Amino acid sequence: MHNNNKAYSDIPGTTVFDGDMARIGFHLNQFCMSLMQAANRAEFKQDESAYLAKWPMTEAQRQAVLARDFSQLIDLGGNIYYLVKISSCDGLSVAAAVSTMTDLSVEDYLEMMQQGGRSPEGNRYVVTTSMEEKS
Amino acid sequence: MAKITSGVGTSHIPLLGHIIDKGDSGDEKWAPIFDGYRFTKQWIREQKPDVVILVYNDHATAFDMKMIPTFAIGCGEEYHPADEGYGARPVPIVKGAPKLAWHITESLIKQGFDMTVVNEMDVDHGLTVPLSMVFGEVEEWPCQVIPLAVNTVVYPSPTGERCLALGRAIRAAVEQFPEDVNVQVWGTGGMSHQLLGERAGLINQEWDLAFMDDLKSDYEKLGAISQVEYIRESGTEGSEMVMWLIMRGALHDQVNEVHRHYHVPVSNTALGHLIYENVNDGAEESV
Repeated sequence: MHNNNKAYSDIPGTTVFDGDMARIGFHLNQFCMSLMQAANRAEFKQDESAYLAKWPMTEAQRQAVLARDFSQLIDLGGNIYYLVKISSCDGLSVAAAVSTMTDLSVEDYLEMMQQGGRSPEGNRYVVTTSMEEKS
Repeated sequence: MAKITSGVGTSHIPLLGHIIDKGDSGDEKWAPIFDGYRFTKQWIREQKPDVVILVYNDHATAFDMKMIPTFAIGCGEEYHPADEGYGARPVPIVKGAPKLAWHITESLIKQGFDMTVVNEMDVDHGLTVPLSMVFGEVEEWPCQVIPLAVNTVVYPSPTGERCLALGRAIRAAVEQFPEDVNVQVWGTGGMSHQLLGERAGLINQEWDLAFMDDLKSDYEKLGAISQVEYIRESGTEGSEMVMWLIMRGALHDQVNEVHRHYHVPVSNTALGHLIYENVNDGAEESV
């Protein structure tokens, strides 16, 4: 899916924000950056679609922002430090925003963190079940 | 002559700033975090550094996708706490040390480190949270600060070896500064955490504790850890640990670990904190 044929392609559930992602996500991330200013936040909140139309993003990126679909936004070149400017604007904690990318609810995610976080065991390498599937 | 006397490693988790700014740092709930900095607050009052070279990463605050310096050094007179989307932290303005910063910059560039010079920028939680954790709530920061920003947001970050070497070069630069200045170097960020994807929430305590063990004497070994290995073992943002290597490189080969604290979790993150003091203070030759 992400980061194909790179040294980090085999790390599961992870998209490394490299040059390829930075390229496709440039305008998306700069839109996020604009939310650092209170006046822009107000304008965005008033009419999100109109505000997004001012940025030369792809339609898929605009839709993912409107849906607050963080997994999709990461796929489309968003960087987490930029994306949390959207969730901050919504009054959400970073943990709440981050949890939406996992298969856990916010409560279950926070509970997992309280228990010491997600174990690296089984999470270091993508598991390929057979040689056939590798091709 | 100026000299580097000690180093501090600490996480710079934004939640810690929120807790302090809300006045909740004395809350029993947060004691496992803040108790680990009690020693440090006393220690820093005795150490009285004149200048802290504070190594941190900017989190899409002063630098956005327009400009991504790998190593940037602040040579300005002062830096304001940044508005990161919820208003600026109510902490003092950070006073720079422009004369020393320019001296270090000139020396670093002559030693082969092509630094980006920054005269004006706002500083985010990466820089202000460590100041709050170490100095507490104060009217003004009791020392000058030279911000040293490292790119850990866009892959690739500088290598661990390069960061150790930069630390050594900083030490050489400081020791050539003719004024009597007590300098500390702080490495911030980490420890293990991953803030994105299905694997978000990864914490590798074993890795973190081994890193803290090795940092004292086997730090050359840590310099060989690739960013891919950091990501695999300790999460996408675990690679912030290279900033601790700049601190370590700036100290003598022999150090005493005078304090250590580790706690999981703080928000999405493992918190790590330690203090090193140079051994053979003043007796060791310049590198």
